[in-house]
Amino acid sequence: MPALASLLCGFIFGLGLVISQMVSPTKVLGFLDFFGIPSGAWDPSLAVVMAAGLAVTGIGYALVRPRMPIFAPQNQWPTLTAIDGPLLGGALLFGIGWGLVGLCPGPAITNLATLSPGVFVFVIAMAIGMAGYDLWPARAAVYAGHKLSGATAADG
Amino acid sequence: MANFSPISAAIGGALIGLSAVLLMLFNGRIAGVTGIMDGIFNPRADGRLWRAAFVAGLIAAPLAAAFLGYPVAMPPMPGSTIVIAVAGLLVGFGTRLSNGCTSGHGICGIARLSPRSITATMVFMAAAIVVVALTHHVFGGF
Repeated sequence: MPALASLLCGFIFGLGLVISQMVSPTKVLGFLDFFGIPSGAWDPSLAVVMAAGLAVTGIGYALVRPRMPIFAPQNQWPTLTAIDGPLLGGALLFGIGWGLVGLCPGPAITNLATLSPGVFVFVIAMAIGMAGYDLWPARAAVYAGHKLSGATAADG
Repeated sequence: MANFSPISAAIGGALIGLSAVLLMLFNGRIAGVTGIMDGIFNPRADGRLWRAAFVAGLIAAPLAAAFLGYPVAMPPMPGSTIVIAVAGLLVGFGTRLSNGCTSGHGICGIARLSPRSITATMVFMAAAIVVVALTHHVFGGF
């Protein structure tokens, strides 16, 4: 059941990306292009996607928070709170990669369905980057106290 | 703002939020795509099956949409495979280092009012905005 529920959640998430056109790097880069504001080329759609997503998630999380999950023994809310070097450095590297192509992990995976060779290259490189981090010795030291949560109940 | 599509953006964003809420309600998990994907092959993680199922759901969505006649096209990608590969490496490594991406930090984290996620989102947004400014307006795009 957890896998079926998760399949449904992934499907709804993917539909959200398709309907909002966040699967399109053009839409994403159109938002990130702040130099397009004066010329009128700027596309604020991504901000609306985030606003709607945050409204639903914020209200939904408030309703769900006191409850136990239906198919799991307990909720795994993220436990990390530090605003540290890895958080800032990682966000910086991610932002650079995101700006270069206009794909973040969700839309990249969803776009595998289009069989675009470029997307396959991107997702394989992404997986290598993730695995490279997992194998990176410094990681063990940074998250020594969060061995499981670092990999499972992470921020995302 | 010729390409602004507020209605489809609001509907799509609400569906993403609904997915995040349901995944917590059903499985008690954060809908962070980076963490979910990494956990499929990370030996430290548990729950490979539900993670793979989420990824399968993501990929099934555009197929279902296309089946129903919704336009689904190959995304435009940079011409240079090296640029694509470097961007992918940066996204993969960076999202793991910071423990989240647009979904885990940007949606789930900010919805929890996590200062950590709010900070991460501001940093990756700012970095991406600077990169787009450079590639589109200084170097003339790839």
